[in-house]
Amino acid sequence: MTPVDPVVVELSRLQFAATAMYHFIFVPLTLGLSVLMAIMETVYVMTGREIWRKMTLFWGTLFGINFAMGVATGIVMEFQFGMNWSYYSHYVGDIFGAPLAIEGLMAFFLEATFIGLFFFGWDRLSKVGHLAVTWLMALGANFSALWILIANGWMQNPVGSRFNPDTMRMEITDFMAVVFNPVAQAKFVHTVSAGYVFGSVFVLGVSALYLLRGKHRELAIRSMVVAASFGLASALSVVVLGDESGYLATEHQKMKLAAMENMRETEKAPASFTVFAIPTGSHGEEFAIKIPWVLGLISTRSFTTVVPGIDELVAHAELRIRNGMQAAKALAAVRANPSDAAARQAFDASQQDLGYALLLKKYRPDVENATDAEVKQAAGDTVPDVWTLFWSFHIMAAAGFFFIAYFAYWFWQASFRRLDRRRWALKLAVIVIPLPWIAIELGWLVAEFGRQPWVVEGVLPTFYAASGLSVLDLGISLTFFVVLYTVLAIVMFWLMWRTIQHGPSDKLDLTAGEGDVSAAPAKA
Amino acid sequence: MDIVPFDYEVLRLIWWALLGILLTGFAVMGGMDLGVGALIPFVAKTDDERRVLVNLVGPTWEGNQVWLILGGGAIFAAWPAIYATSFSGFYIAMIAILLALILRPVGFKFRGKVANRTWRSVWDWGLFIGGAVPALIFGVAVGNLLLGAPFSFDDTLRPVYSGNFFGLLTPFALLAGLVSLAMLVTQGAVIIAKRTTGAVAERARVIGRLSALATIVLFVLGGLAIASLVDGYRITSVVDPNGPSNPMGKSVAVEAGAWLANYAAHPVLWLVPALGILGSLLAFIGLSGRRGVLAILASSLAIVGIVATAGISMFPFLMPSSADPKASLTVWDASSSQLTLFIMLVATLFFMPIVLVYTAWVYRVMRGPVTVASLGRNPNAY
Repeated sequence: MTPVDPVVVELSRLQFAATAMYHFIFVPLTLGLSVLMAIMETVYVMTGREIWRKMTLFWGTLFGINFAMGVATGIVMEFQFGMNWSYYSHYVGDIFGAPLAIEGLMAFFLEATFIGLFFFGWDRLSKVGHLAVTWLMALGANFSALWILIANGWMQNPVGSRFNPDTMRMEITDFMAVVFNPVAQAKFVHTVSAGYVFGSVFVLGVSALYLLRGKHRELAIRSMVVAASFGLASALSVVVLGDESGYLATEHQKMKLAAMENMRETEKAPASFTVFAIPTGSHGEEFAIKIPWVLGLISTRSFTTVVPGIDELVAHAELRIRNGMQAAKALAAVRANPSDAAARQAFDASQQDLGYALLLKKYRPDVENATDAEVKQAAGDTVPDVWTLFWSFHIMAAAGFFFIAYFAYWFWQASFRRLDRRRWALKLAVIVIPLPWIAIELGWLVAEFGRQPWVVEGVLPTFYAASGLSVLDLGISLTFFVVLYTVLAIVMFWLMWRTIQHGPSDKLDLTAGEGDVSAAPAKA
Repeated sequence: MDIVPFDYEVLRLIWWALLGILLTGFAVMGGMDLGVGALIPFVAKTDDERRVLVNLVGPTWEGNQVWLILGGGAIFAAWPAIYATSFSGFYIAMIAILLALILRPVGFKFRGKVANRTWRSVWDWGLFIGGAVPALIFGVAVGNLLLGAPFSFDDTLRPVYSGNFFGLLTPFALLAGLVSLAMLVTQGAVIIAKRTTGAVAERARVIGRLSALATIVLFVLGGLAIASLVDGYRITSVVDPNGPSNPMGKSVAVEAGAWLANYAAHPVLWLVPALGILGSLLAFIGLSGRRGVLAILASSLAIVGIVATAGISMFPFLMPSSADPKASLTVWDASSSQLTLFIMLVATLFFMPIVLVYTAWVYRVMRGPVTVASLGRNPNAY
């Protein structure tokens, strides 16, 4: 019934999720470490103290190993929209392609060109010259995140565009609206701050390991001071400037919010915040702990704005589907006779709901003739998987609050110069290194899985956007990606662990002369 | 669109040229690195020699690869129908390219981290695959564009592809792949010859001269095939260069020799394939006479000539369809909207000069021969 085999759609989704989540193992650390290194090198240039350069070099080595994997997993991202999501690419490429291309022009060129000089330019540039290179590289990494999140933000809140019946696709009407999309801006701040938290947790944890082992104390203490301060500011930014501000921007963001909170029915404003919930029966019964008012306050910033529940949103989706059927009917008339002005007018009046009619493509090709039962079924499809979202969101949010307390503790200890006072705290710092990564991956799960059934909210359903590939095609690509990425990731973590074990090299004096210093040359 | 100061037709032509410039940019800049990768096992025998090659491209290959990333993004933004149809149609070929390219960043970075012969050998061959396989497949893809690909569109303009991976491996497409491989190996060889010393440079000169000659022979063979064996495509209906991007409204004929029609109409265009041949010949002479800069310039010009030859042959076609010729994607019906083309043009005109300036500066900073001794001073060498 659907234009693409549902198994292929599911495999395409799995492949996109797998490659994106692999990519995002490495990206946040790149974001965080690049800024931390730039800060350390700035201290070096200002004070002239050699230890700060040594720190920059040491964290830079780890940064480089991680960055290589970021590039290896990133290259797939640029092409797989066309490979696996060809109807998506046709349908929204006019809008979505632009920020992606500008990311290359403005950001990735900057980052990738200067990363070479960051590693190879130490003995070829002045102190200030090299510092400028490091900052430009960090700037490139952050600009990169900006444009990617502008592209992603448009998928969540498709502003500044309309459907063109002559070309059968969405086309841009207001580029500035796309760039300054409030959802995109909130996501950008949230995502880069999360990257900074990851970088800080990583630097703090590795340094704590050195303190526990009584090694590299000079480097560890200073690194911890930088990471604790930067991490505290970033952790506050992640939570306070979190995504929440964007959640009332659109219909489906409201649906996502309701699902994250398992809020079936609309509550009186301000809505309560569900801290814990588990299903206790098969008919939606559940056990839940709720805090009054909190959800309404954080998501609407007001006492009176109502946060709609899932049931209300489904009812509203049904209305939009019915209106979308009018749009589909008018569109068919325009396609049959492009000069039919009345049909064009009818289409313009209802085109904002065309995407909702496409939800019906799951049930029949001629959506304008859908039955009541099919409309209700399609409206029910707009509810994402509540329990996955609920728990993903709650674990992520708990991690966010934990990091504020965590960095506040380290900032306090750093202020009184007693970072190595409590061994259990140092041990904890080592153990929590993977936690920001878990929180970040769950955050993406909330954002992207929570957007289902849409690939572009209200515009294009995911099942309708995939390429008509075969199961064999997907089997081959998915197998190769997973195997190759997994092997490379294991190698990368091993190399990082080895570098950490080895510690900062004492032979980093650039005037040392002959001989490889980062690794002894193999005499072949 | 009142706010756009250019005709749709003009913007489409500009973006046709910019697409060519970006892809040529990748072939010239990234081609160096792909060529060096493909040459690693043959030009460098000892570990020190291989380290020299890895460090020759190490500082700049990341930036060069962005030409490819940007090329992908620009096709998405300016030619979304091409992006959607070609990448999904050539799916397995794209996967092969991506898997090969994935080996490069890790190969460069991880290789030098462990002083073990097997470890380094594994990454050397990874870098070889990462260089040779994309160089070959990019050419095979261009060959298939010239042949036409088996795709069509349904009434919602959803691309429907009816071929498979092995269908891409026709003799002509493989010939195009070999042109691409020979051309990029030459590009790798000229940079090795210029910036390294001793036995490595010597071997690069030998292989580079052979590959330059091979480029000429294969390219001419390809031209003869185009003239006699490969059918071209021609639009037979009236097209509106300012019309909406919908490929299904035209009619197209498949004819022998149609890919030479532009050259017949404008004989001055023969200078473009001539540049491909002459450039390769000059690269050969430059390598023979140890004139490194000449060889690099000549090899780069050869790439410009060869890529442009294919583009001009096909104009206004970008991706002809062998299954349903009227569905062929052309400059006039596969672009994004007028406003998007304009926005992207402004962004390109603003950022591209900046990119060129800092890229040139980085190359300037990193100039000079790469030797084992010069690596020793750098703690971050690969």
